Amino acid sequence: MPIDILMPALSPTMEKGNLAKWVKKVGDTVKSGDIIAEIETDKATMEVEAVDEGILGKILVPEGTQDVAVNTPIAVILAEGEDANAAPAPQQKAAESAPPAVAAPAAPQTPAPSAVAAPPVVAVQPDPDVPAGTEFVTMTVREALRDAMAEEMRRDGDVFVMGEEVAEYQGAYKITQGLLQEFGPKRVVDTPITEHGFAGLGVGAAMAGLKPIVEFMTFNFAMQAIDQIINSAAKTLYMSGGQVHCSIVFRGPNGAAARVGAQHSQDYASWYSHIPGLKVIAPYSAADAKGLLKAAIRDPNPIIFLENEILYGHSFEVPKLDDYVLPIGKARIARSGKDVTLVSWSIGMTYALKAADELAKQGIEAEVIDLRTIRPMDVPAIIESVKKTGRCVTVEEGWPQSGVGAEIVAQLMEKAFDYLDAPVLRVTGKDVPMPYAANLEKLALPSVADVIEAVKAVTYR
Amino acid sequence: MTDAPRNLPRLALYIPEPARRPGDAPDFSGLAIPEPGALPRPDIDAPAEATRELAYGLIRVLDGDGRAVGPWDPRLDPQTLRRGLRAMVLTRAYDERMVRAQRQGKTSFYMKCTGEEAVAVAQALALNREDMCFPTYRQQGLLVARDWPLADMMCQVYSNAGDRLKGRQMPVFYSSKEAGFFSISGNLGTQYSQAVGWAMASAYKGDDRIAAAWVGDGATAEGDFHHALTFASVYRAPVVLNVVNNQWAISSFQGIAGGEATTFAARGLGFGMPALRVDGNDFLAVYAATRWAADRARTNGGPTLIELFTYRASAHSTSDDPSKYRPAGEESLWPLGDPIDRLRDHLVAIGEWSAERHAALEEEMREEVRRAGQEAEALGTLGTGPAHSPATMFDDVFKEMPWHLRRQRQELGV
Repeated sequence: MPIDILMPALSPTMEKGNLAKWVKKVGDTVKSGDIIAEIETDKATMEVEAVDEGILGKILVPEGTQDVAVNTPIAVILAEGEDANAAPAPQQKAAESAPPAVAAPAAPQTPAPSAVAAPPVVAVQPDPDVPAGTEFVTMTVREALRDAMAEEMRRDGDVFVMGEEVAEYQGAYKITQGLLQEFGPKRVVDTPITEHGFAGLGVGAAMAGLKPIVEFMTFNFAMQAIDQIINSAAKTLYMSGGQVHCSIVFRGPNGAAARVGAQHSQDYASWYSHIPGLKVIAPYSAADAKGLLKAAIRDPNPIIFLENEILYGHSFEVPKLDDYVLPIGKARIARSGKDVTLVSWSIGMTYALKAADELAKQGIEAEVIDLRTIRPMDVPAIIESVKKTGRCVTVEEGWPQSGVGAEIVAQLMEKAFDYLDAPVLRVTGKDVPMPYAANLEKLALPSVADVIEAVKAVTYR
Repeated sequence: MTDAPRNLPRLALYIPEPARRPGDAPDFSGLAIPEPGALPRPDIDAPAEATRELAYGLIRVLDGDGRAVGPWDPRLDPQTLRRGLRAMVLTRAYDERMVRAQRQGKTSFYMKCTGEEAVAVAQALALNREDMCFPTYRQQGLLVARDWPLADMMCQVYSNAGDRLKGRQMPVFYSSKEAGFFSISGNLGTQYSQAVGWAMASAYKGDDRIAAAWVGDGATAEGDFHHALTFASVYRAPVVLNVVNNQWAISSFQGIAGGEATTFAARGLGFGMPALRVDGNDFLAVYAATRWAADRARTNGGPTLIELFTYRASAHSTSDDPSKYRPAGEESLWPLGDPIDRLRDHLVAIGEWSAERHAALEEEMREEVRRAGQEAEALGTLGTGPAHSPATMFDDVFKEMPWHLRRQRQELGV
């Protein structure tokens, strides 16, 4: 029976790759373990090994093809005497690749996800500040972040980026792609492995008047740098009586990715939002990622810029403007509605928007607010919405106690109590360290169903 | 800039770069490789200063003809040598199998130790079985040399029903209290301070066990490395502190961590502790240096810093592609050779081994790995399951489950 060879996944978050080269040609006999092709992803090159034995009957995806989705059949292996043009393989065999269960990203509620489809382009309402008639281009969050840094580095020679693997390797998640080639090793600096060390170095360089962008490979590793961030970066202006300011951006992926366990999956939004002197940004769309990162680099204060690994590959419409800078501290109404207010940010928006779609089918119109900035928080935008809806649910991947949702609840109690028709509910991650196994990881994270359930509770449906 | 007149050149920022990049021909001719057997072996109670030339030189025992030479020859019996060889060959076979399993979707991630097998295996044999190990992620050879079941390690990598860590840890983050192998941390360097703390506790209790820790060249830049050396030196902790200098921290060459200016071993001298720089691909040298440090620690002589000079022959992990940042084929030209080949040649040279026996050993080890693989895969893989029950997710957050977690578990209906 002909067996399909599927496009393999190199990692749980990989969604597509380039078929760089066929090592075997049609008619070649392949044995288990033979290298049959080479695949390139944004991270690495890998060899595809045959698991089954037979003859390479047909190549379905020619070499040089870009952006082949994971689990797409790329070739057919035949047993002796079989015909490649006979009936298509009745059963795809995923043995060479990650099976579908693995290929689907770990946060299965995100829109990315069908194992064979490329990540969808997510339509969101454009920012009201974008002039009418502006052309839009589709780009990933990854590209938007890179463009924001490149534009600001071209504009201002004091801006530079440093961190682990940012130069030669082009970033552990390829956010600094091409920057070394354009700006050279003095402005795109590979550092020794010490977050505490290079965060301190960045603070010192900022005190000397430069504008560092410090990339943490993930914010999980920034925990050892938190003393530099909080006790030095955030407080220097205050402690120096306003003399020494610290214009610095600390950026990198925050929160859960997929299958990276307890120490690599933590959401730090509420941690940093607690600190006077810091501004905390957590964008969802590519347009916001670009406009807010540019604003962050120009801001004279220390900024925590929280990205999300799952969102890096998601595509959005981004306004084609020469200098697209967004205001820090402004929320955006991502979807209008009258029955309930959903408040979220970053990857939490994927749950909120999906839940809003589902709820609309059931006759509940949810208004979805994308906070975009956690601190300063656009509390007036939340209150204005709650005045209309009378009900509110917050959505975040972080833990419940002292989370960002807890702050929103407190703000509404203080400032909008009389407008509320139901208690405000929080949808959060479970109160456990993140497990590694996919089934447990899925349960530890919030889900679209959790959001729908909470909305029904506050709307008494 | 100041306004003062100046006739000095402008300040210039120095950025370290490796000698060779992709597209260049591999070339290690700039690397000074001292002769085997040339360095002295001080007594284990010698002062730290007596190790000065050992921190800048390279302790080597095996010569080009497979002979053991010089005062560092540990004079091991052939049975122990064959045991070491077997564990190294088994470790390599295990790595090969697990990388293939990752490519087939049976796990999401794997890290090989190819070319560095002598580090963990010789050190495991030089330590006592009860000594506590605080490794980083490339010392799977410790478990293999301590005869820990391969199937159990595989179950961890597959996160399957047999995984004793209950599906909570990333692949290769093994943990076995019984095997003296602590729970690996993904945050680099933290284990170094912890090993010193463990060793100090052992001394506090009047125990006879010592601790050993491993860190890569890259992670010596972490504060934890320096904290650990301070405490180990001040309190003369019974600990063996190892730096595995495999030349590469993912894509950053060892110069990025400060390897251009001095050796990693020499950092120990600044803390007043003896420091040994060892040919990490020389099984006998690794064994001898580790035994020296372990004996010293066990007799209240305090800590030793050992730099194991080796080469990461494979990718950093299954998510890495070294062809992007170093010349292809560099690993085959590493001037200190392959640790398995070198120990094999030594055994052949002393008449205790043959090409035929070696080929049979390799086949036997591959078969052992195959058998273990079948045993482990019968309990599931990451792709196929069965996975751990969701009910287990709320266990072990605290020693006793608090009411709010009990409620969360009930709400989840598990």
